[in-house]
Amino acid sequence: MHKIQSSKAQLIYSALLFGLSCLALFFMWIQRGFCLGMERDGEELTAQETALYDRQIRVWGADAQRRLSKAHVLVYGMKGTVAEFCKNVVLAGVGSLTLVDDRVATEEALSSNFLIPPVENVYGGKTLAELCCNSLKDFNPMVRVSVEKGDLSSFGVEFFSKFDVVVVSCCSLSAKKLANDKCRKLSKRVAFYAVDCRDSCGEVFVDLQDYKYSKKKQDETIECDLKYPSFEDALSVPWRSFHKRMSKLYFAMRVIEKFEEAEGRGAGEVSIADLSAVLKLKKDLCTGQSLNESHVPDTLLERLVTNATEFPPVCAVIGGILGQEVIKAISGKGDPLKNFFYFDAFDGKGIIEDISAN
Amino acid sequence: MASPPFSYAVVKDAKVLMVGAGGIGCELLKTLALSGFPDIHIIDMDTIEVSNLNRQFLFRQSHVGQSKAKVARDAVLKFRPHIDITPYHANVKDPEFNVDFFKQFNVVLNGLDNLDARRHVNRLCLAANVPLVESGTTGFLGQVTVHVKGRTECYECQPKPAPKTYPVCTITSTPSKFVHCVVWAKDLLFAKLFGDKNQDNDLNVRSSDGASSSENVDDVFERRKDEDIDQYGRKIFDHVFGYNIELALSNEETWKNRNRPKPIYSKDVLSDELAQQNGNLEKNCACDDELSVSAMTSLGMKNPQDIWSLRENSKIFLEALRIFFTKREKEVGNLGFDKDDQLAVEFVTAAANIRAASFGIPLHSLFEAKGIAGNIVHAVATTNAVIAGLIVIEAIKVLQNDIESCRMTYCLEHPSRNMLLMPVEPFEPNKSCYVCSETPLSLEINTNRSKLKDLVEKIVKAKLGMNIPLIMCASNLLYEAGDVEDDMIAIYEANLEKVLAELPSPVTGGTMLTVEDMQQEFVCNINIKHREEFDEEKEPDEMVLLGWIQPVSAAENKDKSVDNGGSTTSDAVVTAVESEKDDEITIVSTLKKRKLPDEIDISSAPADVKHQKQLEVIDDEDDLVMLDGDLDSFKKRRLS
Repeated sequence: MHKIQSSKAQLIYSALLFGLSCLALFFMWIQRGFCLGMERDGEELTAQETALYDRQIRVWGADAQRRLSKAHVLVYGMKGTVAEFCKNVVLAGVGSLTLVDDRVATEEALSSNFLIPPVENVYGGKTLAELCCNSLKDFNPMVRVSVEKGDLSSFGVEFFSKFDVVVVSCCSLSAKKLANDKCRKLSKRVAFYAVDCRDSCGEVFVDLQDYKYSKKKQDETIECDLKYPSFEDALSVPWRSFHKRMSKLYFAMRVIEKFEEAEGRGAGEVSIADLSAVLKLKKDLCTGQSLNESHVPDTLLERLVTNATEFPPVCAVIGGILGQEVIKAISGKGDPLKNFFYFDAFDGKGIIEDISAN
Repeated sequence: MASPPFSYAVVKDAKVLMVGAGGIGCELLKTLALSGFPDIHIIDMDTIEVSNLNRQFLFRQSHVGQSKAKVARDAVLKFRPHIDITPYHANVKDPEFNVDFFKQFNVVLNGLDNLDARRHVNRLCLAANVPLVESGTTGFLGQVTVHVKGRTECYECQPKPAPKTYPVCTITSTPSKFVHCVVWAKDLLFAKLFGDKNQDNDLNVRSSDGASSSENVDDVFERRKDEDIDQYGRKIFDHVFGYNIELALSNEETWKNRNRPKPIYSKDVLSDELAQQNGNLEKNCACDDELSVSAMTSLGMKNPQDIWSLRENSKIFLEALRIFFTKREKEVGNLGFDKDDQLAVEFVTAAANIRAASFGIPLHSLFEAKGIAGNIVHAVATTNAVIAGLIVIEAIKVLQNDIESCRMTYCLEHPSRNMLLMPVEPFEPNKSCYVCSETPLSLEINTNRSKLKDLVEKIVKAKLGMNIPLIMCASNLLYEAGDVEDDMIAIYEANLEKVLAELPSPVTGGTMLTVEDMQQEFVCNINIKHREEFDEEKEPDEMVLLGWIQPVSAAENKDKSVDNGGSTTSDAVVTAVESEKDDEITIVSTLKKRKLPDEIDISSAPADVKHQKQLEVIDDEDDLVMLDGDLDSFKKRRLS
């Protein structure tokens, strides 16, 4: 009895909502026509937005939701972790999401990606970005999802100025550094993130440059100012200066990254056959950095080269954490992580490491 | 390294049951499918709502009203067409989901939203000896726990936070927080006006003329035949916000150390133009019936985030009341508060705000009032995604029978010891858990006064969470629910009305009762202790169940004691104590449930003395989480 009533109420409610949203759209259209280019900062959320985002507005507030709806996000490298991330920010209601990945879909690329049906005649011939774009549009009609063609390294500084957040994945060390530097050249702050998952491990790098935010502690408001190093600067911090318990994954990821760069391989193009060469490189790097080799266990490197493909549960974890961090940075709510995050499904720890020159 | 890599072999052969296809469920089903699970069964009784769409990403606007389990299945088959997903649009407590049903699965994964269903699944998993991975989220906080019979604690080994309750006098006479006003508006005023007239209600219904005279005074809330609805509305308004406040003020004792409330009468807030205005509205509404279900719409107010003035609240109050009695007349008398009922939310918001104004409490928006009244749990997609990933990781460990490696994992909002995801070794079973051990409970009760019915309702169903109970005294059956032979029905019905000492097999001090739930295959014994007197205020049920919740002894806690009970602002407070060697960490944790701003100093009655005279905020719907709020002072115990 009660159920019937409430579903009736739902029907009426959704009919009402539909009516209201048509009305809202109509007014927005009129407003656009008359005050083009006007700053619409004080604008309120529509009834449709309030209904859709109800539960999350209760977490981060209407202000944060408005800021989200004006943010433009760029992602590069459409594999499992980034697919998870895209889902999260599209659901959260960012203003726009631009996907870049010209690679043609292969079965391997789809293994952890729920955005693409693994049916050859559907994905055949299309790029990863195009395929993901189609699915993502469906998730939230209020978010503009689009594809941009091109190679990450070929985009100029101007290109990056269109975005508030840049997330890169599945690309070489030099491409990451280059993209990060271009973001840093801009006068406005573009939040930069690099993310990668291999086997059952994941890494997130965050560069928010100079990030100021306020937070409430008991009854007072504290102003916080975080200074982030660039990816290049963070990587140049000498290993011997780290605390003793530095995540082993940090070193292991650097070894593999260096190996791929030295061999001219693409991200993830390693196999068990490379193990001895990777272990040799590790020895050299540890010697050069005066770091005891035990900090970079061979077993860990073995895992990472044996299975370079992503592990779906880890994609979900890393894509979730990354989504949360991007939402924090856009909304100005919550303490952002600085500046590396590691997760290994083996021990289950999700650890933040701050790797800065000072 | 001893721990084996994650093996796809165990995944390929696994058959799993998911309970819940909501916030966590959608994420979980997706991650299971991607991870290669070939055979997934999923139970969910809910249908899709608009407010689900921002995180339950398998659902679209066009699916609103359809079964979550079925739509989730179809959506996942689009990207993993070759796996088997069996959906059940049903309640997990339905009898078809019995122990045999559970036995066919290698592991059960919970993405549930309420304590009751969680306890039920816990018992079925224990009875079927199937491992359970349990989870919950609220806002940025979340947790995943693993329950393997005999190896780790069961879901009920540790006390769960009791529903929030408020003392009656705080609600009826001395509210100091907005939440008190909302509870008053919802559980007293709304219930009185639109709910079942026979329900007990603590509102004062006597009018000013009747109060001084005799016992049989008129109930102000009775609407006289042909009484004009606007006049009736104003009468109710003046009675609850004016007269009743005056009455309360006359008790000087109450206000010695409190701010005195001020009575509010409709004529002071609303000038007489209202009557006229309402007349106009009537005409407007007549042409569009659909819109008239909302007082906000009919008064031209749009933004649910706005905080209305006292005048606006008063208008909404009267308009909502009018709409209920005119457009929804048929429902009046059996309405319950439903957070998806726009008009009900409007009425409760307005009434709570007028009361708040009277007591000098800051007013709130409809959006905020709705959250408090509906006890809406904060939820975001990202936390659910993270938690779903962690559930699958634990499920794979369980399938590999690598219980040693299983962890309880907490997803935190503020890092603790640099960790955002914190694994903790599972606890071993609580030896005095009445669910997974055979420790009997004891019940103090007046066996000459309490009826069997009281025992069944207040203890067996409400506290022990039994679904289809059976009660035995020695070898005599006293009561059985569910499918019962016709000739027994009358006997059980008669037994229910008898006091314990007068049952065919008398239950007195020293008697041991056996209580069993056939569906849950769960039995426990209760030692009856006769007690003559009970404290009317503290023990209104006249029953005290002991052993139901094990108090955690602080003295037992040899590790660094952590007590963050006093902290107010942080959502999660977790302290880890790191040991010297290896990566092993020893953890002492205290997790607090995310708090609504108004919740902080709720007086909570001892959990085993559930105060019937207190008003409960009932948890319903969505991704309700039982973050184990009282995980205080645990020490690490290694699995044996």
